[in-house]
Amino acid sequence: MNPGHFILHEKEYTEIQSVLQKLLADSYAKVVFLIDKNGSLLSSAGETGKFDTTSLASLAAGNIAATGGLASLIGEKEFSILFHEGERDNMHISVVENRLILVVIFDRRSSVGLVRLRVRRADEFLGRILKSIDEAALNDEEGEGVIEELTEADIESLFK
Amino acid sequence: MSFINYSSREINCKIVYYGPGLCGKTTNLQYIFKRMNPESRGKMISLATETDRTLFFDFLPVSMGEIRGFKTRFHLYTVPGQVFYDASRRLILRGVDGVVFCADSQLTRMDSNLESFDNLKINLREQGYDPDRIPLVLQYNKRDINSVASLSELHALLNYRNVPEFESVATTGVGVFETLKAIIKLVLIDLKKGRK
Repeated sequence: MNPGHFILHEKEYTEIQSVLQKLLADSYAKVVFLIDKNGSLLSSAGETGKFDTTSLASLAAGNIAATGGLASLIGEKEFSILFHEGERDNMHISVVENRLILVVIFDRRSSVGLVRLRVRRADEFLGRILKSIDEAALNDEEGEGVIEELTEADIESLFK
Repeated sequence: MSFINYSSREINCKIVYYGPGLCGKTTNLQYIFKRMNPESRGKMISLATETDRTLFFDFLPVSMGEIRGFKTRFHLYTVPGQVFYDASRRLILRGVDGVVFCADSQLTRMDSNLESFDNLKINLREQGYDPDRIPLVLQYNKRDINSVASLSELHALLNYRNVPEFESVATTGVGVFETLKAIIKLVLIDLKKGRK
């Protein structure tokens, strides 16, 4: 396993998608995002067209990083759940397995209690998927040759 | 940490612009934002104070085209340069794949450059990186000002690893894309080698 990469294959991606779709439906949310802690978007479900998903991912990761910094200043390991309340829409942000960030945006049709409950359930499934991602990486399935076989010419071709 | 998505066939990498306060990190990103084709870049986000000093970070996502059927996306971040924002700088370095150290060429700023460069090394180590191996490019900015250090002085001060170095004037764009290209190349080569 390469500690410098996080590799998501089709199988796990599909599994993540189905967890997010279920969470979206069960929590009556508008949109659900799964992000890595560095701010890259892994997957999303719901009304994503209305949002700038790249910016949202980066800011959510920054938000978790900043509150994590605050937590350590008061001797906490992490604040694993953040909740932002707006006039119309609310945002529930939670850390999954200390590596990923799950963002749920919802309005009056739902409630923070329901979202929290459903997120806890989704966390379990996502944890299992993460485990199988790690196992796949350990079994050296990660590269499929594409990254390892990159040549200088491939890289140069980006700048032509 | 780069993120490779085989489902959407994307490679995502994180590049951080580091350097002392007012050296031009944000200006680099602003120039890239202004000059890049809007289809190849996203929105630029600046978390800044009312006086336009970076408070947490600037963020600009750029796409550089495809390699072997994979879209390459780079997330460019700046850190707040002011000394007292060190906690924020540490957070932004998390998961970084490559660093651009932007130095201020003015003679009066040499101590600040050195202090920031040492701070970069400390913070990289704290995040588990080897500062002597992480992809790094040096940019000597503000070359249009009169009282600047010579290239050899800056090289002697900062470039002990002999990494690619560029003279720049970020306000007019001189050296900005050369720097970006150099760090992207180093990041992709490093990705291929697969080391942190």
